[in-house]
Amino acid sequence: MRLKVNPIACEAHGMCAELLPERISLDDWGYPILDEQPITPELLDHAKRAAQACPTFALLLLRDEQLGRFS
Amino acid sequence: MNAPDQAPAGLPRLLAGMPEHGALGLAEHRVIHGELPYSTRRERRGAGALIELVEQAGLRGRGGAAFPLARKLRAVTAAAGRTPLGKRPIVLANASEGEPASGKDRLLLESLPHLVLDGGVLAARAVGADELIVCVDESAGAALRSLTRALSERERAGGDALRIGVQTVPAGYVSGQESALVNLCSGGPAKPTLTPPMPFQRGVRRRPTLVNNAETLAQLALIARNGPRWFRALGTRDDPGSALVTLSGAVAYPGVYEIEHGAPLPALIEAAGGSTSALRAVLLGGYGGAWVDGVAIPQLALANEQLAAHGASLGAGVMVLLSEQACPVAETARITRWLATQSAGQCGPCIHGLDAIAGAIEEVAHGAATPGVGERIARWCSLASGRGACRHPDGAVRFITSGLEVFAEEFADHARHGRCDACASAPELPLPSHVELAAAA
Amino acid sequence: MITPIDAVASSTYWYLTRSTGAVALLLLTLSLALGVAGVSRFSSPRWPRFVLDSLHRNVSLLALAFLLVHIVTAVLDSFAPISLIDAFVPFAGSYRPFWLGLGAISFDLLLAVTLTSLVRRRLGYGAWRATHWLAYACWPIALLHGLGTGSDVKSAWLLGLSIACLAIVALAVGVRAISGWPEHARLRGAALGATAAFALFLVIWLPGGPLGHGWAQRSGTPTSLLGHATTHTTSAKASR
Repeated sequence: MRLKVNPIACEAHGMCAELLPERISLDDWGYPILDEQPITPELLDHAKRAAQACPTFALLLLRDEQLGRFS
Repeated sequence: MNAPDQAPAGLPRLLAGMPEHGALGLAEHRVIHGELPYSTRRERRGAGALIELVEQAGLRGRGGAAFPLARKLRAVTAAAGRTPLGKRPIVLANASEGEPASGKDRLLLESLPHLVLDGGVLAARAVGADELIVCVDESAGAALRSLTRALSERERAGGDALRIGVQTVPAGYVSGQESALVNLCSGGPAKPTLTPPMPFQRGVRRRPTLVNNAETLAQLALIARNGPRWFRALGTRDDPGSALVTLSGAVAYPGVYEIEHGAPLPALIEAAGGSTSALRAVLLGGYGGAWVDGVAIPQLALANEQLAAHGASLGAGVMVLLSEQACPVAETARITRWLATQSAGQCGPCIHGLDAIAGAIEEVAHGAATPGVGERIARWCSLASGRGACRHPDGAVRFITSGLEVFAEEFADHARHGRCDACASAPELPLPSHVELAAAA
Repeated sequence: MITPIDAVASSTYWYLTRSTGAVALLLLTLSLALGVAGVSRFSSPRWPRFVLDSLHRNVSLLALAFLLVHIVTAVLDSFAPISLIDAFVPFAGSYRPFWLGLGAISFDLLLAVTLTSLVRRRLGYGAWRATHWLAYACWPIALLHGLGTGSDVKSAWLLGLSIACLAIVALAVGVRAISGWPEHARLRGAALGATAAFALFLVIWLPGGPLGHGWAQRSGTPTSLLGHATTHTTSAKASR
């Protein structure tokens, strides 16, 4: 499973980085920088919580098949 | 299909019969290029075979991404087969041409509209679409008029058994982006959307949508008539066929030219009347493309494989020659600021990143740069790239980074000494006219 | 005729409904302040964003819980003729219909905000956000309900609590209106103006209204109850 950000929905609330600092850090303007690596089983619960906490539903936790390709 | 001996050899291909004024009428168009294939009802049912021809021809998209057309056609056909209730796909002909230094799509619509319409109709038949929408910049009055006239001509000649509409696109660099166009045609704003789903999967009104550049469709119109072997008679193995390029800047006769892929850039410049001064550099691919140093121009061959060695690509065939008299730093600052304003304003890294970079380059241009500005620009470039919903920031970063490399000397000079004598000279890189007027005021 | 046992039992409900009402107002105030902190991106090392966000949600649910007790005890209390339907349908009751009705409206708005928040993923961000704005309407209506319906309005503790809550909300709305300036400048200016106007309205209205003579009668207390106010050991003075 991997994390993906919908950059259009993201409004830089920053809760994701607080809840999953192992994979998410914030850039100069408060927007998330995602570590590309897959989510390990130990981090899975934290990743789910981070995705649920996002106020704008911008953080998505997807299976590898769902990721697709950006345009 | 035309017999091999009827097919035109060499150039011009798309520009054959190009009229001095106005548009090439339908009758003359048919005389020059031949009748439209796959027109009878029986032929239309077998139009899927066209995809095989396109694959053999190796036609790549002419909108900038150079994506193999056959793959796109197959993807749309497959997606249409998978939709419940068998939703018919829809074709968008993209002639919105938001790149300021590009004029080929406008030229096609103004002077050779039937090439684009033929291509759109053929693409629709190949994927089983029942609708074609031609997307034109809302300010391209002549193109819109020509298109409307061409559509009535075709109606009077019996029509294409296809619903053909026109969608005007508001001004904006990203308005013609694939998903932005789909968004607009679905009733939304002309702003990119998050993908996946890709337009070929779910596009206009949730139907599989084929989006193609106007020139790509024009090329398709000729491949359908003359065959893949004819198409490959020009060009290189990876970049077959001809291409329309827009050459501007320090050249005697700027405009749209048709070249064979792989042609040497000096030959094109000569065909355009030669350069009007010594050349500092050439910009390839528009404002999302890359700079190549002037000293490399004699060796440049206009095909993506060869250009890749110089860190550039043809893109949508946009080329701007920068003279030695220009100030590359001032030009870069101006264009970067414009690119920042052209953000759709949806994604934080693009909005803030491009603005920050533009500010830093302006500082350097005015000699007000603080220490570490190079590192800051580099960091912001890496932060802006790849983190938006579309590739606008990526292109801008490519333009900026290549400029910082090619014009390293001028940038260092400005950082140390501020404005140079050339800063005040008239800008050479074009921007939409209303932008220029605002800057001059 | 009220028997002593009825009097004790119903005065327990009366105490409960007033106290839970006051606590609900306080919790709603805190919830609004936390909501504003969230949208203003406030955070500190000891109060990270996700904590403030969780607090906002939990305080809101707690407010709703207190509100439910407030409603049920008001219905159960035999002194004032309030039925359960009056909690949902405004202005239909016989006890201070207008002021009680405001409570119903406020409760309906809070229900809308809470229920949409519970299904927000299904609802989609846009629809959820639009409904959530109703929270800004819910609060002042709740305050007016408390001031107009409550029999403790003249007491120092309720008045003090109301003023404190008003100050917190005014501060929160002020911060919200200013952060993000100048986008939607007109809307934000209107919000500031409305808050100031509301505070001014209270200053003008309270002395002659709930704090003035004969409010119980003027606010619509059924005449049959007006004389019985003294059988309840409350701090409210007799209305005459």
